[in-house]
Amino acid sequence: MAKMKYSIFSLLRQARDYHRGWPKAWRSPEPKPSYDVIIIGGGGHGLATAYYLAKEHGITNVAVLEKGWLGGGNTGRNTTIVRSNYLWDESAHLYEHSLKLFEGLSQDLNYNVMFSQRGVINLAHNEHDLKELSRRGHACRLNGIDYEMISAEQIKQIAPIINISKNIRYPVLGGSIQRRAGNARHDAVAWGYARRADEFGIDIIQNCEVTGIDIENGRVTGVQTTRGPIKARKIGAVPAGHATVVGNMAGLTLPVESHPLQAMVSEPIKPVLDTVIMSNTVHVYISQSDKGELVLGAGIDGFNSYAQRGSLDVIEHQLEALCDLYPIVKRLRIMRTWGGIVDTCPDASPIVSKTPVEGFYMNCGWGTGGFKATPGSGWVFAHTIAQDRPHRLNEAFDLKRFETGFLIDEHGAAAVAH
Amino acid sequence: MLLIECPHCGPREQTEFTCGGEGHIVRPDPATATDAEWGHYLFMRKNPKGLHYERWFHAHGCRQWFHAARSTVTHEIFAIYGIDEPPPAIDANKAGSR
Ligand SMILES: Cc1cc2nc3c(=O)[nH]c(=O)nc-3n(C[C@H](O)[C@H](O)[C@H](O)COP(=O)(O)OP(=O)(O)OC[C@H]3O[C@@H](n4cnc5c(N)ncnc54)[C@H](O)[C@@H]3O)c2cc1C
Ligand SMILES: [Zn+2]
Repeated sequence: MAKMKYSIFSLLRQARDYHRGWPKAWRSPEPKPSYDVIIIGGGGHGLATAYYLAKEHGITNVAVLEKGWLGGGNTGRNTTIVRSNYLWDESAHLYEHSLKLFEGLSQDLNYNVMFSQRGVINLAHNEHDLKELSRRGHACRLNGIDYEMISAEQIKQIAPIINISKNIRYPVLGGSIQRRAGNARHDAVAWGYARRADEFGIDIIQNCEVTGIDIENGRVTGVQTTRGPIKARKIGAVPAGHATVVGNMAGLTLPVESHPLQAMVSEPIKPVLDTVIMSNTVHVYISQSDKGELVLGAGIDGFNSYAQRGSLDVIEHQLEALCDLYPIVKRLRIMRTWGGIVDTCPDASPIVSKTPVEGFYMNCGWGTGGFKATPGSGWVFAHTIAQDRPHRLNEAFDLKRFETGFLIDEHGAAAVAH
Repeated sequence: MLLIECPHCGPREQTEFTCGGEGHIVRPDPATATDAEWGHYLFMRKNPKGLHYERWFHAHGCRQWFHAARSTVTHEIFAIYGIDEPPPAIDANKAGSR
């Protein structure tokens, strides 16, 4: 299906006609009786998987089944931090691959994903933080990933609103910065992938919940959905917070647990912050959106939950830390808070893997930090499905690691939930 | 936020407690367990959407452990029972398993 190319000229042409001529960005087809590949979950990761199946592997007889609306899950709920400063080689390579894809994504998708490499700063509040950050920094640089340690004064220069006084409960002793990191527009990532996947003829089917997975002789044959049964030779599941629910349909038990994760925005104010600052120890992170809202992220609730809302005490805890670190925010009002359900893994690393069921592939466990990985995750998952074996970049992220003990412990790099 | 009925102290705010995750996980004999069994014991979780039997710890109170049967969809707590008691039968539909 030939699509309109988005450009300054199409924008001008549409502006002249009062924006009445924009065509739909993707179709809303009825499900076909069968597909080569079905992707369960129309979040960013699922849509990216579909796109790379077509683009990199020439597989276009594909459907993406989404129980709600596109990007209505964690894709549209996250605080959009993108970075690749992870500790272990396996993660560093995977997240860095994703960051590189982000760097060219707007051009590749012909869709402005508003990727802004405004830098991400991590704060250190004690000796241990300093050591953890510099250890991670050395590891990153060995992996060719940009990473610098910076002093409290340098941080103050970049972000004047921060309080670096020695007289607060958790003073800022210094930190690290990844300058190529930043954030992107979350919806645009989902929509951009959807539009391009649709262009390849891939069917994106919303309001279609998968309720069962058909297996014959240890091999998938199709799915049951709220819009009827659909056959498929291969199935890739990318259901994020519902990983266990979908995994159970294929008879799998997974090491993930579902928890609410919250975020919020303040009322909009003039530009005060042009970078992203995170703190593991006091657990708060902050950036400013183009609209001027301060985007603030909290932690997860300690109990399992599938309700897309978290507890108030988590927000309180986070805002206390925020007021200490950035005193000017004290009198701002919070405009919106919301929650998403994240699939946390014991080692804070994802699972992108084949499973004991032939033709069934699982991509989950990204927990609190998978937005940054959207392009990379889709890219390696497409490879895994198309070739029926993992790519070099994701072979360590196998389900088997919970048996072999080869865990990829990223609790340091993923400590603050983002 | 939850209001949790500690079996020893009565109803208290959730912030006084920490959740200890899934209950009733049986530790296999490390001398005979296979890698798969041991991995399953350490890492695999039921994580149900609906009725969840879980452990709680009254960290800022009596510092005792106990069990709760709770819905992970509505957060309703159906039963509180001792740390050494077996899980009570609860109608899964009531717990909103979907
Ligand atoms: C508050 C918050 C802040 C975050 N901040 C960051 C951040 O700053 N940086 C970062 O990198 N990450 C962040 N994350 C994590 C990130 O959002 C997730 O890891 C990531 O979006 C997961 O991507 P996804 O596309 O797989 O998930 P989703 O967008 O959740 O997609 C999964 C989709 O599967 C669908 N689905 C589930 N079950 C079925 C079924 N049975 N049938 C059909 N469809 C189904 C769901 O409806 C959903 O749309 C944050 C998350 C939250 C909640
Ligand atoms: Zn008590």
